Amino acid sequence: MTALAEGSATRLGDGGVPAARVRNLRKTYGTGQAQVQALAGVDLDLVAGQFTAVMGPSGSGKSTLMHCCAALDTGTSGEVWIGDKELSKLSDAQLTALRRDEIGFVFQSFNLVPTLTAEENILLPLSIAGRKPDRRWYDVVINTVGLRKRLDHKPSELSGGQQQRVAVARALASRPRIVFADEPTGNLDSHSGAEVLELLRRSVDDYGQTIVMVTHDAVAAAYTDRVLFLADGRLVSELHDPDREQVLSVMTRMTAPGAGPR
Amino acid sequence: MLRAAIKSLLGRKVRLLMSTFAIVLGVAFVAGTLIFTDTLNRSFTALFASTVGDVVVGPAGEGGAGGSTRTVPASLVRKLERVEGAARADGNVNDASVMVLDKNGKALGGLGAPGLAGNFTGAPAGQGLAGLTVVQGRAPEGPGEVVLDAASARRAQLFVGQEIQLVTSLEKGLLTPTLVGIVDFPDGGSLNGASWVGFETRVAQRLFLDGRRKFHDVWVTAEPGVSQAQLRDRVAEVLPGRLQARTGDEVADASASELLKAVSFLTTFLLIFAGIALVVGAFLIVNTFSILVAQRSRELALFRALGASKRQVTGSVLAEAAVLGALGATLGIGLGVLMAMAIRTLFAGVGLDLSGQPLVFRPRTFVAAYVVGVVVTMAAAWLPARRTARIAPVQALRDDVAMPEGSLRKRFGLGMALLVVGGTSLAIGLFAVDVEQDGWYVGAGVLGILFGVVSASPVISHPFLAGARALLAAVFGTVGNLAGQNSLRNPRRTTATASALMIGLALAGTMSILGDSAKASVDRSIEENFRGDYIVSNMAGQPFSPAIARRMKRVEGVERVVAQRFVRAEVDGETRGLAAADADALAGPLGMRVEQGRLADLGRGAVVVDRGFADDRGVGVGDEVVVTMNGTDRPLRVVGVFTDNPVLGASLVTTKQTLLGAGYPDRDNFLVIDVREGSAVARTRIEEVVEDLVTVTVKDQAAFAEEQRRPIDQLVLMIFALLGLALLIAVLGIVNTLALSVIERTREVGLLRAIGLGRPQLRRMITLESVVIAALGSLLGVVLGVGFGAALMRTLRDEGLEVLSIPWDQLLVFLVVAVVVGVLAAVLPARRAAGLDVLKAIATD
Repeated sequence: MTALAEGSATRLGDGGVPAARVRNLRKTYGTGQAQVQALAGVDLDLVAGQFTAVMGPSGSGKSTLMHCCAALDTGTSGEVWIGDKELSKLSDAQLTALRRDEIGFVFQSFNLVPTLTAEENILLPLSIAGRKPDRRWYDVVINTVGLRKRLDHKPSELSGGQQQRVAVARALASRPRIVFADEPTGNLDSHSGAEVLELLRRSVDDYGQTIVMVTHDAVAAAYTDRVLFLADGRLVSELHDPDREQVLSVMTRMTAPGAGPR
Repeated sequence: MLRAAIKSLLGRKVRLLMSTFAIVLGVAFVAGTLIFTDTLNRSFTALFASTVGDVVVGPAGEGGAGGSTRTVPASLVRKLERVEGAARADGNVNDASVMVLDKNGKALGGLGAPGLAGNFTGAPAGQGLAGLTVVQGRAPEGPGEVVLDAASARRAQLFVGQEIQLVTSLEKGLLTPTLVGIVDFPDGGSLNGASWVGFETRVAQRLFLDGRRKFHDVWVTAEPGVSQAQLRDRVAEVLPGRLQARTGDEVADASASELLKAVSFLTTFLLIFAGIALVVGAFLIVNTFSILVAQRSRELALFRALGASKRQVTGSVLAEAAVLGALGATLGIGLGVLMAMAIRTLFAGVGLDLSGQPLVFRPRTFVAAYVVGVVVTMAAAWLPARRTARIAPVQALRDDVAMPEGSLRKRFGLGMALLVVGGTSLAIGLFAVDVEQDGWYVGAGVLGILFGVVSASPVISHPFLAGARALLAAVFGTVGNLAGQNSLRNPRRTTATASALMIGLALAGTMSILGDSAKASVDRSIEENFRGDYIVSNMAGQPFSPAIARRMKRVEGVERVVAQRFVRAEVDGETRGLAAADADALAGPLGMRVEQGRLADLGRGAVVVDRGFADDRGVGVGDEVVVTMNGTDRPLRVVGVFTDNPVLGASLVTTKQTLLGAGYPDRDNFLVIDVREGSAVARTRIEEVVEDLVTVTVKDQAAFAEEQRRPIDQLVLMIFALLGLALLIAVLGIVNTLALSVIERTREVGLLRAIGLGRPQLRRMITLESVVIAALGSLLGVVLGVGFGAALMRTLRDEGLEVLSIPWDQLLVFLVVAVVVGVLAAVLPARRAAGLDVLKAIATD
């Protein structure tokens, strides 16, 4: 409970090796009167081997933050480091390679290529790179997501939860430095959602995978090691080893009328 | 709903315009053809009006094309002058084989426009129009003086006062008179590309009528207030029986319609291509609207949820199609006008100068253009529009809306049924003996098979597409696999896109086989049938003086000279070629094989006919055939039946005497010359004989074959040029489909990019898909083309096209071109896909 300290909002992580670092990241859209500040100077270390949730009300900048970290978008100023690479210095081709080799993605919906089988989807980033999958790791991934019998099915033949698990498997298959998940349970019923979240949790616990997840579901956030709260483009709060109630109370305070980042 | 439809159209301008392009082209062909035909129709009559008098008096019956020896006496002119209502009468001498050489010594009208000649009278034309009038210099007054029409003088760059060269079919082939004047039609009018050389009347009679004081026809000019018909009737009263009087209008109309008939193949041709463009275009429209409707299904479902009826939703799609069709038709008319102007220029190039004539726009043209444009577009959009009615309102609320699709099996069944019907129709048209209008059966069969293949292609293409996927996956890895999968994803769309290419290439394949086979047949028949060493012929098959044959015979080293001549005659009202040569030459150098009867019996008034003619008419040895020669019906005795022989160029062969007796002029068309073995100098000497007649040339067998092949090449080339347009439509179709697919798959593209697909890889993926579509279309097209070509060649065997030659190299080129086309078609869509912003793409609905 006391982890909710005002001063800890922009403090660095808890001492582990960072998989990604963000330094004074700003992102503005539009100019003049119409200018909107999506990110107003964010500093952040994403610790390797941790499951981090990013939360915040709509328009808080959480998706922008994730997109910038995931090399899908670039900030107006500031730095984003994935490993030892600063993203603003990379060309489009280098960014593409970075996404392919060092980053895994799980989106809210439409995660899979409909023409490919589950297995082909899982191996897609590797095959795009022209790399051979590590068979042992692949087996581990398949066993973890529990889809061995469905590997030759097309996405349209899988349930939403199964599709999302395939997407997680794809994100894990190339052993990326960091996996970004954007509302991965947003479109799922609670049972399927729990399956996916447990799968993410397990890949952190068992294999040391670094995962960052954007969500506004307190239940989902409760699966993580650390929750970052964004409001108006700033980190305003942080929780470690949260439970649902803690998350909800922070959320309630943030969205309460008159409440603002202090 | 209409406003929503228009809004939606405006929102997708570029995309829709691309799919309209095919409609624009199709309508342009229709409109251009109609405008040009109307222009021809009007101006021909107008053109000929200045070239005939009020009343023309001449021997009864249509004259032969190659000139005639039938005449009217000079005394008749004075008699006609005295007819009541006649202002004046002028006798005319006419000839159609005087070629004018330009200042470089080359003959004018190289592509078949005749070289006319006659006596210059200065007579007015009918309806008060001025006839040919001296506009510069003076009229010819004696031997060695001529006038020339202004257009020819301009083209040949000849000027008054110069000595000019004329190649004639007279005994003395080359004339070198002085040009003393230029004549023209002051009231407008044209010789349609022909040249006209005018002599003084006595000189003309000496040249073309052996000096007899006679004329070929007489113009009678009406006094003011006397109509052509009145004058004709009065003239007719004083005419002896074998002569007839016709009004100038009749003659002008007859000449015009004859010329129109000669160029009608072109308009038919253009209309056929209009049809092809529209059929191909319809496919594009179906495709485009299917994709658009699929993309808009959520929007349409929203309309439904907001209370629009099924009919309104379907109606809005059809309204879009109607607006689009009207737009396409409007653009098409504009392009059609340009096309008509282009055709007019083209005609001027071959000597039919219509440049002075304004284009004729009849209401019919606009009605046809709009009806064709709107109806085709709406009919094509109807299929996808009908499907929108099945969209449930609730789908507006769902994420993914799947368009309801009809079953592929049903479609396959329909395709197979069409194939069977088309195949049967084709077989009836090709092989059944007693069928009227077999051309319609063939056409319907070809169309049925094409549509059958199109309909069944989503199913029958599957093995090809699956194979292509495997191949691409093996060669290009994941990118290849993705491309292959994309082409398999929606087989209807892939095959519909490929269909446009298929149709174009099926026709191109057919044409190339027909052309190649025709050339091979010409080669073979020349090789088999021409035993001579050299062939002497004039430009465009024009006749020349028999004096050349006599001189050739005297050349040292020449063993034998066979003269052949052709004239036009009629059998049962149908114009036919009639050939003549000596009986012993026919069996010898001309390679005639007689099946029945004896060539020895071929004498004056006798004829041998080929097997085709004999079977057609049911005539045999001993029967009589009535042939209208030079306007007079003459019964000819059939004394033999010979095997069809394209080298002879006629189904009926008689003797020189028969033709002379019928009033045809004494002129040869071809000489076949044999030389003694080893007489190398013979050729030089032979060529010396015709040296000053630049239009008359000596060719050996190879050169002759080459010359015979050339028109086939030209025709095939012309067809290819038009099919190139169909190909262009097909390319646009691929561009369109790919662009729409990219839009449709924006999210997927975003996903692929997000997980690490590079831009070059993405571009390659789209290019490969495009190549697969193009390869599918061209393969189907070439297979069909070979089939159609081979089938058609079978029917043409009777026409002497015996050799089936398949130009594999050309067909291979088609396939290669198709792959290139595929690569090119992918450039824009691929660039567009690669330029997509990854984030926005993922966020797209």
